[in-house]
Amino acid sequence: MAKIHVSTTVNGEPQEFLCDAEQSMLDVLRGPLGLTGSKEGCGSGDCGACTITVNGRIVCSCLMLAAEAEGQKIGTIEGMADGETLHPLQQKFLEHAALQCGICTPGVLMAAKALLERNPDPSEHDVRFWLAGNLCRCTGYDKIIRAVMETAADMRGAAR
Amino acid sequence: MTDVQYVAPRTLDEAVKAFAAASGAAKILAGGTDLLVQMRAGILKPGLIVDIKKIAEMTAVEELKDGGFRIGAAVAGAVLRDHARLKKAWPGVVEATNLIGSTQVQGRATAGGNLCNGSPAGDSVPAMVAAGAIVTIQGPKGRRDLPVEKVPAGPGRLNLTPGEIVVCFTLPARPKGSSDAYLRMIPRTEMDIAVVGCGVSLTMDKGTVTAARVGLGAVAPTVLLVEEAGKALVGSKVGAGGLDDAALAKAAAACSAACRPIDDKRGTIAYRTKVAGVLLKRTAAIAAERAGRN
Repeated sequence: MAKIHVSTTVNGEPQEFLCDAEQSMLDVLRGPLGLTGSKEGCGSGDCGACTITVNGRIVCSCLMLAAEAEGQKIGTIEGMADGETLHPLQQKFLEHAALQCGICTPGVLMAAKALLERNPDPSEHDVRFWLAGNLCRCTGYDKIIRAVMETAADMRGAAR
Repeated sequence: MTDVQYVAPRTLDEAVKAFAAASGAAKILAGGTDLLVQMRAGILKPGLIVDIKKIAEMTAVEELKDGGFRIGAAVAGAVLRDHARLKKAWPGVVEATNLIGSTQVQGRATAGGNLCNGSPAGDSVPAMVAAGAIVTIQGPKGRRDLPVEKVPAGPGRLNLTPGEIVVCFTLPARPKGSSDAYLRMIPRTEMDIAVVGCGVSLTMDKGTVTAARVGLGAVAPTVLLVEEAGKALVGSKVGAGGLDDAALAKAAAACSAACRPIDDKRGTIAYRTKVAGVLLKRTAAIAAERAGRN
């Protein structure tokens, strides 16, 4: 069976790849594209470790076929920092040690960034609800939630 | 490595042609949140995947001239959540669809897929049934419309003929004093499969319910339209304390009577039957409160 040729945009850069019909976006990101920041946890859309953005909306890349990326704008964790400058969320996660093993962290960061872009002033409830699809088996979530809340406050302050 | 094919047609005619030509070996891909999981688990091995998200009609939410809405079968839950006018007219339909999975799943999951997955516990379906949604279906023999409650035939089975694709849901225009609501019972607070789901849509005029429809999920092989429950609410007065208790009790009893559930790990027959009545009361109260403000 011939491979499918896909032209897409990943983190703002045009990108082309070949894939099989049933290959997931996550497999192509981690394999041919070498973008291993997105993690595979469950492979069934439950854990959120593979969270990416498609045209600005977060999705589980394990639940998306790579072929579907044709003509779309894909964002991954590799596009979050600006060169050597970390995104405020990344910086705050380091300061708060809002991670332990780190497998869930790229997905949490991608989801949290999407939340703050929609809602710069989320309540704790909003943050917990929005991140409910990102499972962490280490931290107990409190440090993650606090890091997101504080980043939001900092970013609001900086915008003033 | 693979013998699966993928196509993403631009038009519905092409999609129907490809889907019908594969005679049963093809699966429709909308959000993929069920399909990809089933493929990965080895439950499904389609020969052809027909991605319908490049078809404009299936990915649009359209406000109709008469005040109704047309929701494409491949519109993601997150898009409905962001549609302020739809949310105002049909808060129950939107909240039901938004209960399906996490934020990430909402970025993909669709009401069309939820219906076509054929689960009796699909959250958007009872709300669509209560709303009186009409489903437009296109197949090799043309287009037809079906009330949404007529689409499921049993767990995982649909009343569609080979090659037919669900295109969109049409929600009717709302008279003044109308609203809807959806509640589901799950053992945890979020992200689980309904033990019972209940959708209520009603219209009130001068403090009296003039029309009501009730959809019930997870209590029978298919989602149910409980006509008796709707009838029990019609004519009841809405006072300061909300809907009339006697009417609510009668509607709740009708919901419990309609149940034909199974015992499983999520709930027993007795529990589901009782909860169906309880949920009817709570859901109707929310719908009435919302309708009073419209």
